[in-house]
Amino acid sequence: MEPIVKEEAQKEIDKFAGTPVYVHLETTNGAYASHFNAQAHNVGAFIRNANVTYEHGKIISTGGGYRVGLKLELGWVYAEGLTDYEVDEQNRLLMAGHDEQGRLMVALEISETPFAHEADYHE
Amino acid sequence: MSKRVIVIFPHPDDETFGAGGTIASLVEEGAHVTYWCGTLGEMGRNMGNPVFANRETLSIHRKRELEEAVSVLGIDVVHLGYRDKTIEFEPLEEMVTHLRTKLEEEKPDLVLTHYPGYAVHPDHDALGRAAVEAVKEMEEPPELWLHAISNDSEKDLGEPAIARDISNYWDTKWKAIRTHLSQADGMVDLLNREDQLERMKTERFYTGDQLR
Ligand SMILES: [Zn+2]
Repeated sequence: MEPIVKEEAQKEIDKFAGTPVYVHLETTNGAYASHFNAQAHNVGAFIRNANVTYEHGKIISTGGGYRVGLKLELGWVYAEGLTDYEVDEQNRLLMAGHDEQGRLMVALEISETPFAHEADYHE
Repeated sequence: MSKRVIVIFPHPDDETFGAGGTIASLVEEGAHVTYWCGTLGEMGRNMGNPVFANRETLSIHRKRELEEAVSVLGIDVVHLGYRDKTIEFEPLEEMVTHLRTKLEEEKPDLVLTHYPGYAVHPDHDALGRAAVEAVKEMEEPPELWLHAISNDSEKDLGEPAIARDISNYWDTKWKAIRTHLSQADGMVDLLNREDQLERMKTERFYTGDQLR
């Protein structure tokens, strides 16, 4: 992954507009947050392979990171805190936000084909 | 015949971080140890530092790292095929049957797993629970050693019956920790603190009769 270049990311988001895509959307502060800090609260959510079609999508710079919103016929897909991106060898747009130790805090990924969902042995 | 040991944890790295010294010592004592790894840790938060993995490639890295770790520890690995973060949502009875059937084939003398309810990560608790239930259902149940992580485990459960000084196997454990490159950063930070390092040189386990 590389630091997001807004104009490039916008072009990639545009490519998927108007066609059915699979989305992976996730945010987490880790399963150990409240183990290491009793005041902390474990928070996380993910949806894998949501099958949606967005009319258009937009990436907004917040200074430290980026927000992305995808407008659906009946709603929205939204992610905040994205910092890095890549288009992988399967032409999927992978975006993620990492903290200073490289830990993933948020991810938004868009693909024309489903993401691996069964335990995947890569063999 | 050599002692047969099955280690049942959900993530690639649980075997090393939680029980690496104990595993290395059992192997040296002549035991045949197999790690039944529940998932590929594909939903892990650590992507390496600096980042080299992403959500879609993490499982590839972690599987490869585990292969190196088990070869350092001198054990075999079997993948159980569950998906990271979702084990607690699988039907418990199905998992228990899955594990019991496999255990009955292997006839281990000892099963090492997480102490259900005291292992912090939901996958640890869920797979530990299934493993404990599977062992209880066996006609000739093996010995159980249970790894607890939670901060209140000693307050609630008392002292673990087993405390293994793994100082002599520390080098092996350290080498195995380093193979888990995508995940090791936080652990290595922890070990740079002298007090934590000393603590890590003893691995503690509750026994089956300490279950409640
Ligand atoms: Zn784990």
